Amino acid sequence: MLQVVCIKQVADTETRVKVGADGKTLDPAGVTWILNPYDEFALEQALQIREKLGAGEVVVMSLGAAGVQTTLRNALAMGADRAVHLRTDAVQPDSLAVATALAAELEDLKPQLIWFGKQAVDDDQAQVGPMVAELLGHPCVTVVAKMELAGDTATIEREIEGGREVVELRLPAVLACDKGLNQPRYASLKGIMAAKRKPIEEKAATLVDPALEIVSMALPRARAAGRVVGSGVEAVPELVRLLREEAKVI
Amino acid sequence: MSILVFIEQRDGRVRPVSREALGEASRIAATLGGPVVGVCAAASDPGLAALGEAGASEVLLATHESFATYEPAGYVAAVAAAVERVKPGAVIFSASAMGRDLAPRVAARLGVGLAADCVSLAVEGGSLQATRPVYAGKATQTLAFRKSPAIVSLRPKVFAPPAGGNGSAAVVTPLAIAHDAGAVRARISEVKAMSAGKMDLTEADVIVSGGRGLKGPEHFDLVENLAAALGATVGASRAVVDAGWRPHSDQVGQTGKTVSPKLYVAVAISGAIQHLAGMSSARCIVAINKDPEAPIFKVADYGIVGDAFAVVPALTEAVKKLNAQG
Repeated sequence: MLQVVCIKQVADTETRVKVGADGKTLDPAGVTWILNPYDEFALEQALQIREKLGAGEVVVMSLGAAGVQTTLRNALAMGADRAVHLRTDAVQPDSLAVATALAAELEDLKPQLIWFGKQAVDDDQAQVGPMVAELLGHPCVTVVAKMELAGDTATIEREIEGGREVVELRLPAVLACDKGLNQPRYASLKGIMAAKRKPIEEKAATLVDPALEIVSMALPRARAAGRVVGSGVEAVPELVRLLREEAKVI
Repeated sequence: MSILVFIEQRDGRVRPVSREALGEASRIAATLGGPVVGVCAAASDPGLAALGEAGASEVLLATHESFATYEPAGYVAAVAAAVERVKPGAVIFSASAMGRDLAPRVAARLGVGLAADCVSLAVEGGSLQATRPVYAGKATQTLAFRKSPAIVSLRPKVFAPPAGGNGSAAVVTPLAIAHDAGAVRARISEVKAMSAGKMDLTEADVIVSGGRGLKGPEHFDLVENLAAALGATVGASRAVVDAGWRPHSDQVGQTGKTVSPKLYVAVAISGAIQHLAGMSSARCIVAINKDPEAPIFKVADYGIVGDAFAVVPALTEAVKKLNAQG
């Protein structure tokens, strides 16, 4: 079975965000680039399925500039078989443009399972997975918390407010994974060595005209400095008074 | 220019987040000068006429027995049919679990842009602009739309529902859609309630979160007791979730949930940058931590430096006493 895991290179979650010179996007100076954390759960699940079936291929695919290949290489080190790099120098293309480019490539590959993280931790749009599903006419489950595969059907749990929906579906399908689905593996030394010989196929990405335009990026207003009410149990009555009389929240 | 609002129902009732969406739609419509029309997919009418009070002049209702629970293919068809009929300038969803799943599909079907999880909308030169958090709230971006209709989803708890009281009933109009339930390859077989009666973190007014300073999962009863006294939902830091003390659904922050409650109490949480990103938009933040240098105190409106094992039970008792007084 062919599975494709669509991954994104993002700024490390430790990043102290600064607005770039264009006033619209992140200042890339000093940023460490990592595999989007949610994509690790998607890749791990795909690898586990390949191992359980004892056959099949896991392809990782990413759209972005030349630097994205580092992240693709990391995914190959975790155990993916090969990589496809859809190359573009466009800065932050919008979700529909990315989804359209990925869908065109996936249309040719015809994988049974197409994996995403539930969202990328940079723009937090959480759109590309379900958009790809719509463009390909596939069923899709987002925020996947549990997944079991039996032949060409899958039982999936997705988190909703105060509970979970259990979805039964028939492949091919698109799944966007949440944290907690599994425990992603670390790349072994052997995996890292093997990854150096695995192929990364580079293609020029075709991007449609943007549907969105970034007008500006800004840092949120800093919260006014708070105050320490006091120390230990003795401070509790004053805290309660402030919450009731000043903040009016209890 | 009219505005279309997706009306979300669960268990045959309109969800409160849809009233928030209608409130904001009415505000925008007042500037753009057009009606607010709702669209709902359901097994039967969940009481849509009452949404007149919330600002909808008409609600289009697509009914199918498979629409009792969320059915993406059918719901997309319903919204697309409503767009075709109403020709709105904008379509508004709630950024709920359903809205965040449905809105991108609708956008892809229509070939237009979506701004997800917005915290404010504005009309600039006759066009809609949307502002939304990025990097889990470490920054915001403002987006403009190059294609029509503009699609947005609104972060729950950020937009005020309309006061209501003087609107007339909305006209409920059946919306015919071509939907072949047999051709659908995915269906919901069950909805499991995980925390019966408790508000989800993303919709809670009050949250009490615990961190690694609690030393072990067995001490989370401190947090739970305070939460019970405050009528709050329990949250957790990433450290606690990664240690397996709490499920991931409790995690607040980047790679967890971004929350905007009225009151957020952080118990024994030092305040890593990822955690602060997820809760800094709370209206009032209280921190209880024994380390006076903990970063959480930089964002807290009120802090108590002290041992959570002593302070939290005392706070719980004080809140209970207050509750007893009414």
